[in-house]
Amino acid sequence: MNWLAITDPLFDHGVDWAVIIIVVIKCLVGLGLLMTSVILMIWFERKAISDMQSRIGPQRWGPFGLLQTLADGLKLILKEDLIPSEADRTVFKLAPFLVLVPAIITFGLVPIGGEMTIAGHKVLLQIANPPMGILLLLAMSGISVYGVMLAGWSSGSKYPLLSSVRASAQMISYEAALGMTIVTVVLVTGSLSVHTIVTSQAHGIWHWNLIRLGVVPFVVFVIAITAELNRPPFDVVEAESELVGGFHTEYSSFRFAIFFLAEYMNTITMSAIIVTLFLGGPAGWAPNVAHLKWLFPIAWFLLKTIGFAFCYIWFRASLPRFRYDQLMDLGWKRLIPLSLGWMLIVAGFLIAKGWGFLMAALVLLAYSVLGRAFELGQTREVGADSVLPIVGGRPLPGEVLRSMTDEEGD
Amino acid sequence: MANPLNFFGGFKLTFQHLSRPTVTTSYPKAKRPKQPRQHGRHVLNRYEDGMEKCIGCELCAGVCPVNCIYVRGLDNPPDHPVSPGERYGYIYEINYLRCIHCDLCVEACPTQAITESKMFEFSFTNRADAIYTKSELLVDDQGFPQRLPWEDWREGEAAMTGGWMRATSPNGDAAYEGVVQWTADLGAGVRAAEAGQSGVRDDEATGSKQLRNIFPKHFEPEDVPLQFRGLQGRLNEARAKMPTRRRKAKS
Repeated sequence: MNWLAITDPLFDHGVDWAVIIIVVIKCLVGLGLLMTSVILMIWFERKAISDMQSRIGPQRWGPFGLLQTLADGLKLILKEDLIPSEADRTVFKLAPFLVLVPAIITFGLVPIGGEMTIAGHKVLLQIANPPMGILLLLAMSGISVYGVMLAGWSSGSKYPLLSSVRASAQMISYEAALGMTIVTVVLVTGSLSVHTIVTSQAHGIWHWNLIRLGVVPFVVFVIAITAELNRPPFDVVEAESELVGGFHTEYSSFRFAIFFLAEYMNTITMSAIIVTLFLGGPAGWAPNVAHLKWLFPIAWFLLKTIGFAFCYIWFRASLPRFRYDQLMDLGWKRLIPLSLGWMLIVAGFLIAKGWGFLMAALVLLAYSVLGRAFELGQTREVGADSVLPIVGGRPLPGEVLRSMTDEEGD
Repeated sequence: MANPLNFFGGFKLTFQHLSRPTVTTSYPKAKRPKQPRQHGRHVLNRYEDGMEKCIGCELCAGVCPVNCIYVRGLDNPPDHPVSPGERYGYIYEINYLRCIHCDLCVEACPTQAITESKMFEFSFTNRADAIYTKSELLVDDQGFPQRLPWEDWREGEAAMTGGWMRATSPNGDAAYEGVVQWTADLGAGVRAAEAGQSGVRDDEATGSKQLRNIFPKHFEPEDVPLQFRGLQGRLNEARAKMPTRRRKAKS
């Protein structure tokens, strides 16, 4: 059992009943915390966005409409559970859980506080701290793509299928940039364990990865994660003002509730992950008093996470939705080169200053070549007998009309 | 082209909105003042001597685009006439499941017998109830519309009913601006005409002052008058609420 103790001090003295009970309690508390925060998050989002739009928002059920989410959930559960006749029944039933389970597992990786001592055992305030924690995060976000893809595919209808193809294409393209920024964090920390990443940032604000890495990886990460979550302004998947429902069009009742739940769970989890990776997690000032010493980090963590949750809502209220080609453009042409180049520069500086500057120069050179290539691609001549349409923008109906009328005029 | 540096302007705007008052009213609890020209359910008016104005000419029924009015005229009995003319409307029914409140009947009426109140909050549980008969539409002896038990009248609303309220601004003709087109002889009496497009208006007289007080909440921040903005606006709002609270505490 020694390999367990590598990253988690709970298992230092082997596994006994007390340890098992502590682990079970940790899991239950974690799940309870996640569920409660999901309910509060949905309420918070609806309330905040209605404030931003000068509306009132939920107000009928519970004080300030706090119980609105519960009422919605109850309504969804009581609704008829429909499965389309053309659906692949097994996969159709499986898909929501492929989205939900990764969301829960990812939350298990997040350290929500420092250390605590319970019954002589040192306990990390984190459900699990596997040695390859960050890789598990990437793996889980990969699996949730399967959930989305299979949900659309198994619905037996072409619209959810199209939508799920769009969704998975989007999630996969942004995963590359996401992975690259995580590599930058891992390079600096020298460990894949989430706990180590947090403790390496614990010595004050200048040690936070946000500042230590330059702000660029943080910005790339926030954008990529927003796209990964299918949240506005990257919500072409659902586009609730344009499409019927996206990949979960055919889902109803509790299965739909699971998708909804998982989406908000992911929002909270990813806010927490951003805080963990870039803002030092629970790091922050704490008084040197016995009980406040473990309470303050939790408070700091919650404060930062709520801040990010609010940012997501703010994005939703402020930014118009991306067109699909703009979305792909941002992902492939901008974020991936940016994060890749930044990773190389950081790696160079980790070896020696000279290597760092050399790398920076090389990256700049590569960027200028890339920029020239994009420019050429944009301005490529498209002849009358060219089979390909214009790259980097489709002709708008107005332009087509104008070109037709111009030809007639000649 | 938009200023690229103004990228964060959108974020700023949404953030500012957090502290702005909400535009939504929780309808059954709080009610907004009605528009001065709101079209509600009809009333049949009387002259000052109590005679009915309707002469049973059926012009309203003829002009009605949805055929919701059913009128039958009858010769006035010589010993106790109902209306000053030759004939009177002895059947007058309006089907409110059909009525679209276009007020063309009000325009068409030669004697100003039919006008509209502002009352719109009434509902029915069956189709027969939706047909208002003459006994329900006719104003009472003081010239005010009857408050029927299933209708939700607001305080002071009956006084807003009257012939001064026409369907359209005086035929869109600027020459008629500020001219009283007709009035109810009985009831609320003569009311000042609306100024129309010239902007010379007496809000107190036409009843639209209340309405204008609520409007600033919909405006752009720079258009909002000072007394409705920021802390001063909050104070004014609280001051406006104060007397009602005191009244409640006493009773």
